[in-house]
Amino acid sequence: MLQINNLHATVGEKPILKGLTLSLGAGEIHAIMGPNGAGKSTLGYVLSGRPGYEVTEGSVTFNGQDLLALEPHERAAAGLFLGFQYPVEIPGVSNVQFLREALNAQRKHREEAPLSGAEFLKVAREQAGALGMDMDMLKRPVNVGFSGGEKKRNEMVQMGIIDPALAILDETDSGLDIDALRIVGDGINRIMRRPDKAVLLITHYQRLLDYVKPDFVHVLDGGRITRTGGAELALELERDGYKELAA
Amino acid sequence: MTDEIEVKDKAAWDAAEKVADYEHGWSSDIETDFAPKGLTEDTVRFISAKKNEPEWMLDWRLKAFRHWLTMETPDWAKLNIPPIDYQDAYYYAEPKAKPKLGSLDEVDPEILRIYEKLGIPIAEQEVLAGVEGARKVAVDAVFDSVSVATTFRAELERAGVIFRSISEAIKEYPDLVRKWLGKIVPMHDNYFATLNCAVFSDGTFVYIPEGVRCPMELSTYFRINAENTGQFERTLIVADKGSYVSYLEGCTAPMRDENQLHAAVVELVALDDAEIKYSTVQNWYPGDAEGKGGIYNFVTKRALCQGRNSKVSWTQVETGSAVTWKYPSCVLNGENSVGEFYSVAVTNNYQQADTGTKMIHNGKGSRSTIVSKGISAGHSNNTYRGLVRVAPNAEGVRNFTQCDSLLLGSLSGAHTVPYIEVRNPSAQIEHEATTSKISDDQMFYAMQRGLNAEEAVALIVNGFAKEVLQQLPMEFAVEAQKLLGISLEGSVG
Repeated sequence: MLQINNLHATVGEKPILKGLTLSLGAGEIHAIMGPNGAGKSTLGYVLSGRPGYEVTEGSVTFNGQDLLALEPHERAAAGLFLGFQYPVEIPGVSNVQFLREALNAQRKHREEAPLSGAEFLKVAREQAGALGMDMDMLKRPVNVGFSGGEKKRNEMVQMGIIDPALAILDETDSGLDIDALRIVGDGINRIMRRPDKAVLLITHYQRLLDYVKPDFVHVLDGGRITRTGGAELALELERDGYKELAA
Repeated sequence: MTDEIEVKDKAAWDAAEKVADYEHGWSSDIETDFAPKGLTEDTVRFISAKKNEPEWMLDWRLKAFRHWLTMETPDWAKLNIPPIDYQDAYYYAEPKAKPKLGSLDEVDPEILRIYEKLGIPIAEQEVLAGVEGARKVAVDAVFDSVSVATTFRAELERAGVIFRSISEAIKEYPDLVRKWLGKIVPMHDNYFATLNCAVFSDGTFVYIPEGVRCPMELSTYFRINAENTGQFERTLIVADKGSYVSYLEGCTAPMRDENQLHAAVVELVALDDAEIKYSTVQNWYPGDAEGKGGIYNFVTKRALCQGRNSKVSWTQVETGSAVTWKYPSCVLNGENSVGEFYSVAVTNNYQQADTGTKMIHNGKGSRSTIVSKGISAGHSNNTYRGLVRVAPNAEGVRNFTQCDSLLLGSLSGAHTVPYIEVRNPSAQIEHEATTSKISDDQMFYAMQRGLNAEEAVALIVNGFAKEVLQQLPMEFAVEAQKLLGISLEGSVG
């Protein structure tokens, strides 16, 4: 589904990714772990097309398409979703309005008919309910006044509504208490654990992986993948740390 | 989730979808009857004669004209305007085939076609098919300078509401007009208001009798059509004791190279326990991307909250005109009277707006709320200028002011100039102001979810302006949301 080949990227002229190669097949969940400053969030931004993150070398194909040639909203329409580490507040715009416009913009791009208000609300209600989120919160402005945990949960509700083919989840587990972690983990499994989907989980800690069992775990260090293994690699990292691994 | 929010969501999306240049930019071929070019006493006499006005009206106009000759153009606003040659313009134009006001069928089809193009629901069935049930809107359509159609007149008359063009009202209700005309905005008030007194062409008169809640929203669409014709509208709304009226004013003008002058005067009076809600959506031609052409909009709008517990609420969405000079104000004479001003002003390219309000608190316990949202893009400049004044005898006055500015790009300007004059120590005055930019984070977040850059800007800007937009009646809220998106097209690169 996603092939990243020898990816080099800079942020403000500073090289961050230095020859990253990674391949995600349909039905797979990959975890990316690594020390601070390794380039994990940069990878998420580069893949989703954030301005300011410049690809200097390498290629990325997504379902056979040249991902890097697409604008951010085109990547979204192609099925790529980024769960933000720090979800952004948009005052005055309700979650419902935001998501319906976003979803219908994607559908339009894919030449699908827009969802009516009623159809959209049905989907929104289901997803919010599954993640234990009150509909009232969906009517509130996007992320305004939400706690850290609520913001992350809201990202998962958005993911459920948008129903992407590929989700890149950037530290979705940070700021969550144990109960919220379980709810979010269940949400990821429910929405994304499917034969036609894939997930790239960016995380610092093993604990989310207790709920979302990865098929592959990669260590990202110094801008490239330095080691790849199964779920057991995460446990090893948790025990020994990245330094031990590098040594 | 109410239906209303649903409709708004849809509309915002529709707006974001729309990519077009100024879509009202065309002019039609209706033969026009002009006053001779230039401005002299003869021009004033011509206009008055053309309208078969009574002697007192002509005298009033001439008095204003003679005073105007002694006045100078105000220069205190943060506006850069080339000198205007008042002799190089026509002051009166009317469509030649002037229909008698019978039914819509008698109106020049060309005029109806133009309204159709503008999307104005002049036909009754279209109005009735409006959003949110079959809410009725009476339309007094002003084409250039003469009203050509008035709908729902009968139903209004049953309620005792007078809804006329001001020229008709001068003849039919001279006492009522004379009692209030020029009493809220005095003849000598300012350069542009005085000019309007001398040459006003037409406009609207509304009287709501005691205790009557106007059965429908009243609406006037202004439109400047003839080349080089200044438009001098005059509106007077009188709400008698315990009455209520909501009035909608919408404006569009076709595209012209020369700058066109517009100097309207709007006077509102609210007596005891009366309430007037006055909403404006203004999208006159703003000039092209290089700042060529566009309307000069010098408007004097003022409300007199004369009675106890009277209330006037101004809501405006200003997206058009090359130059906007406009301060809808409230003189709060009545005890416990209330003034409100909700404004969204958008400037793009080389537009300039200097707009705001004045809340003059003379009455005890009078209260006012000011919410101003300025959005500047391109090379434009957007100024909020507001005065809150509390008279020595006005005990227990309260005011809350909030001025927010949003900047797009790095070449536009936002300015806030609040004047606060308090002469009574019991007053509570609050002023809050913010200036922000649309952040890269917000843009990227919205785009990652599927919106393109212009859709993202339209969404964020609508959110920024929401507090004001939700004050608008439904029909206008939808149009206003669309306009915000359209006005900012090309402002993100």
